[in-house]
This record gives sequence, structure tokens and C-alpha cells, in this order.
Amino acid sequence: MSTTIKPMITLEEICIEAEKIRLSNPNVGDKIVSDIYANAETIARPAVTKKATEARPWDHKLDDILTSRLFGYPIMLTLLSLIFWITITGANIPSQMIADILFAFQDQLLVWFELAGAPSWLTGVLVLGMYRGLAWVVAVMLPPMAIFFPLFTLLEDLGYLPRVAFNLDNMFKKCHACGKQILTMCMGFGCNAAGIIACRIIDSPRERLIAVLTNNFVPCNGRFPTLIAIATIFMGGMVISELQIAVASLVVTCLVMLGILITFAVSWALSHTILKGEASSLVLELPPYRKPQFGAIFYRSLIDRTTFVLKRAIIMAAPAGAITWILANIYIGELSIVGHLAAWLQPLGYAIGLDGFILLAFILGLPANEIVMPILLMCYLSSGQMLEFESLEELQRILIRNNWTWLTALCTMLFCLLHWPCTTTLLSAYKETGSKKWTFLTFIIPTTIAFTVCFLVAQTARLLHLV
Amino acid sequence: MTNANTEEHHKLLREHFGITTTPGQFTVALAGNPNVGKSTVFNALTGLHQHTGNWPGKTVDNAQGNFTYLDRSFLMVDLPGTYSILAHTVEEQVARDFICFGKPDATLVVLDATCLERNLNLALQVMEITPRVIVCVNLMDEAEKKDININISFLQKELGVPVVPTAARNGKGLDDLRQKLYEMSTGLCIAAPRQINYSLEVENAIQQLLPKVSRLIGPNLNPRWVALRLLDGDQAFIRSITHFLDFDLNLTSLQEVAV
Repeated sequence: MSTTIKPMITLEEICIEAEKIRLSNPNVGDKIVSDIYANAETIARPAVTKKATEARPWDHKLDDILTSRLFGYPIMLTLLSLIFWITITGANIPSQMIADILFAFQDQLLVWFELAGAPSWLTGVLVLGMYRGLAWVVAVMLPPMAIFFPLFTLLEDLGYLPRVAFNLDNMFKKCHACGKQILTMCMGFGCNAAGIIACRIIDSPRERLIAVLTNNFVPCNGRFPTLIAIATIFMGGMVISELQIAVASLVVTCLVMLGILITFAVSWALSHTILKGEASSLVLELPPYRKPQFGAIFYRSLIDRTTFVLKRAIIMAAPAGAITWILANIYIGELSIVGHLAAWLQPLGYAIGLDGFILLAFILGLPANEIVMPILLMCYLSSGQMLEFESLEELQRILIRNNWTWLTALCTMLFCLLHWPCTTTLLSAYKETGSKKWTFLTFIIPTTIAFTVCFLVAQTARLLHLV
Repeated sequence: MTNANTEEHHKLLREHFGITTTPGQFTVALAGNPNVGKSTVFNALTGLHQHTGNWPGKTVDNAQGNFTYLDRSFLMVDLPGTYSILAHTVEEQVARDFICFGKPDATLVVLDATCLERNLNLALQVMEITPRVIVCVNLMDEAEKKDININISFLQKELGVPVVPTAARNGKGLDDLRQKLYEMSTGLCIAAPRQINYSLEVENAIQQLLPKVSRLIGPNLNPRWVALRLLDGDQAFIRSITHFLDFDLNLTSLQEVAV
């Protein structure tokens, strides 16, 4: 071993030849793995005898159903829709209650500020700006999250998520990506920044980058309540009230599905262009089904998440509310600053089915997606007549008064699902990839897709005179 | 036959793996899937004579311990628990590099008797790299509880390497294990491990590469196995082989997309 071998052939030559064989035979890596498994089976089968005392244990039977080719996908879809349905049904009442309490307190605050003789700008910034921004976030965002996350954690605790990874592994493999990407996407439902950090579980740098670049297509808890709110009041509002929730759940499920489809499309495109390569095989052990620990679920997803959301609301929503109020109340000429900005953005916004205000709200919402809806409502409210939020129907009236149609609602939801990630997510992407180039791509890929999809939808709808 | 006494081998272990062996000491690698009682086997064999080390340049801990049997000293290296050694993870790469380049005098693969089929994958992969393999079918007590019966002599005949049934928690089968390790390390026992039968497609690809690989690798490694790794496009392996066998290789043309 100490003598250096002077080979006639270099390793490099052989590697190039191996590469050629690999390219003409792209499944050879998978084939090697499946051959090893087949050999193990051939040896083990006759060596092991099991007394046929009982039939297959119940968990194997359950696995056969949950991961079957026939039922795997329908069961996943049904469960997802069911979760959204429970979330939307359940969120309405607490949402209303929280709104009632918080906005009643806002009136009280206004009275106190008046009694104290505070100047109107101070009342504006603190109460109508900061406090209201915060109240919006808490009332609209908190209830859906407080219901969705315990349900999602329940599925995780039961051991269902690894089965989802198993079902979808094949799809990811077809996109030349790693099956573990689905787990990072599940994290993304909570927070895309967390989802991107979770990409560390993917071992191949190429596949990890694909997962980082596409994580944003899963709606995080900042965007997901926005989708629910719009779906409930707008899409659901178009049909008779009995069907409202069902339609809203269906719309949200379809949007999430669209996000997943786009994830596949982008993963495929990336692994055939700038991130060329093949999927590596992975061994996925399906853990046993467990009895969920309800206490832990309740604590982890409800208490933890509630404090997280409240903290973020205070850090992000309160200042954003103040700034929005200031921008909406400083007039230059006829219009407020918000009015000027919105008017300037109007042509672009209109082209993609939104309006100037919506686009502005998305831009101002860059620090945190939670504040997009509140900013938008504040912009609408300040520019026109002052309205108080009293109910979801009131919200719908505000939107319709600002010329929303079903197309506006659809494009806003699509844009919300697909647009750029928030700054926290971008920062995480920068930390994880350590590269400005990949961070920029994390920003530009969703942005381009959001504009393209919304533009196509809006223009098609208008061309066909559907609006 | 055995390389326990060569100075180069001591140097290799020390420099590449951070393992110090005393003269004449045998090295035994311990591999296995996670949760098969690998640590129990390790502790049962080495007692308290162990310490946890760190692979140079890697953040994977490995425990080392020693024991003496029939007046010969053995250093046992506990590899990370892995399902395979196809090097998809750092752990798998560490385990594989040690078995492949660390040239242990014996590699003990611990299998879970209650799910033998799945565990055999790892054993078969190790048997492709080195003939100095001993298979330990652990958790025999649990298998018995679950009414699973394993035909050990059949398995031994099929695999072509010594197979030792154990219930390490109860200390059952450990003496037999020590005896087999001794026989394997001293060269008293020479195994002829069964090689994996690949499908035609893979076999043809191997045959295309094999002549050149054999000429390049010489007696250092199993050329079939090297050909398979190259066909798998395993970049980590190409780096390892370059690193350990001092091949001069311009890697730039083959690098994965740089981050």
C-alpha cells in the first residue's frame, strides 16, 4: 500500500466512462439498490419462518391502505380538505369573538385618548395605526392557526406524515428531487423560514438547494389565514350559505394542491437546468403508529404557536400599522402617500388582476406576510370612508366597495400563494446557502411565477368576458 | 494474511481515522442498522474498556473499546448506525470509509433477528467490500417471543460467512462471537462471502467497466464493488478513493454543482 501505484489508466478516465454508461442508463443507481433488496429477500425468505398464528398485524394492514397506489392520494387529499374544513368552520366563531373584544377595546382607547386630550395624530398613530394593525392580525390570523396546527401536529404524532413522504417519494424522484423534501414542505406550513432550515435533513447539496428554492410554494401560517379569509368571505360568499364552508375548504385545498404542483414543476425545471442531477435513493423507515400525546400537541402547537404569533404580531404588525397609518394620512396634494403609491402601482396591479392597493400591501408586507391583509384593509379604510370591522360580511362589503370581483379575490389568493418570501425566510435562505445568488433566486423564482400566473389568469378571464 | 502487525496499517488508522492501536492488536469494526442492539453488543464485548473518540474532520462520534480473548487484544470500533453504506449521509460515508479503507481485521455486522430481511441489505453491502465479515443475528430472544424462527446454519451456508446468533442483553452467544472474531482476525477462518446477484442491466454495466477498474485498483479493493460505486455516480466515494489511495485525479470536471 505504501508504493504509489502508477496506473496505466487514470481514475478520471474510468469516471468519465462510468458517467457515460450512467447517462445512457439513468436508472442504474436505483437498480443497484433494488437488486440488493431483492438479494436480501431471496436469502431471508427461506431462512426465516414465522408461526402463522395470526394474520398480518393491524398496522401493516393500515400501511397497505394508506400507502397503496389506489387509495394513497385520495386519502391524503381527503384528510387535507377535512383539516381545512374543520379549520374554517372552527375559526369563524373565535375570530368574531376576538374581533368583538379587541375592537370594543379600541373604542374604549379612543375615548381615553380623547379624555386625556391627546392630539389627533398621536391617537391616529397609536390607536388607529398600531393597535388596529395588531388587532387585525390577532383576530384574523390567530384562530385559523390555533386550529390548523394542533390538527397538523396530530397527524404528525399519529405517524401519518412519514406515510405521506412515502407516497410522494415517487413524485419527487420523477422531478429528480429528494423525497425528504415533503417533510421540509410540512415544516413550511408552519413557517417557510423554519422549512428552509429543515432542508438540512436533505443530504445532497443539489437536492437541498431545490428544496430551499421551492419551499415558499407552501403557504406558511402568515399567508394561509389570508387565503382562508378571502376564500371564506369571497369564494364561499358566492354560493348559498349552507355550502359556503365546503366551497371555501375546497378552494383552499385546491390552492395548496396548486402550490404543491408548482413545487414539483419548479423542482423538475431546476434539476434539468441549473441544478442538474439525479435523485439519490433514500431508505425511509415507517415508524410505528402511536397514540398521540394530546397534552404535548396542545402545548406545542397551541401555546407555543400562540406566543410566537403574538410576538411576531407585536414586532411586525404594530410598527407596520403605525407606518401605514402615517402613509395613509399624510397628504401630498389631493392624495395621501398611500394613494400616490397605489395610483402608481395601479397599472401593474390591474394587469395581474389585483389593484394598486393590493400590490402595495404585498410590498409593504415583505417583513411579514401576516400583515398584508391588515395593511390592505387600512389602506382601503383610510382612503375612503371610515368603517369599523364588525363582521366578516362587513369585510366583504369593504372589499366590494373597493371594486373587488371574484377575479380580484382569485388573483389575490394566487399572488399570496406564489409571491416572494418574507424577509425572515430570505435571511434563512441566505444563512443556509451562504450565497447571494441562491438567495436572489429564492426571491425571484416565486415572484416571476406569481406575476406570470396572475397575469395569465386575469387576462384570460377578461378576454373571455368572464368578469 | 492479517495486517494487524504492519506498521503502515497502524499509521493509516492513526492518521485517517484517529485510532491508535497497540502492536499486534486486531481491529474490529462494528456495523449495524440503528436500534438493533449494536451498542449492547459493543458494551457486552468490551465491558468498560472504551472511550468515545471523534473522527478527524467529521462530527460523527465513534466509540472505541478493547477486549482480550485467548491472549490476543482486540480494538473494537463502533461505527455509526446506518441502514446502508451507499454513502447518502455523512454517517454512511464514515462507516463505509472505515470498512473499505481502514481495513479492519474483521467487520462484525449486527442484525435484528425480528426484521432480518431489511437488515440483510447492510450485511450484503459490507460483504461486497471485504470477505472478513461476521454476521451477528442479535435480539434472538425477541424473535423467539414473536414466534420468529431463524435457520442459522442455512443462513451461514447462504451468506458464506460465520453467522452467530446472540441475545446480547442476556449475554447469550457472546463467547461464540469472540471465538469467531478470533478465528477471522488470526486467519484461522477464511470466509467466501456470497456476492450480490445483479440484474442483467447492472451486470452488463459492471462488465464494461471491470477490466479497467481491475487494472487501476489492483488488489486493494474489490473491483466489482468499485465499478458499482462509479456507476452509482458516488462523488463521495471518488473523493475517498482519491484521498486514501493517493490517486491523482482532476476532480473539477466531475464535481457536483457547487454551492
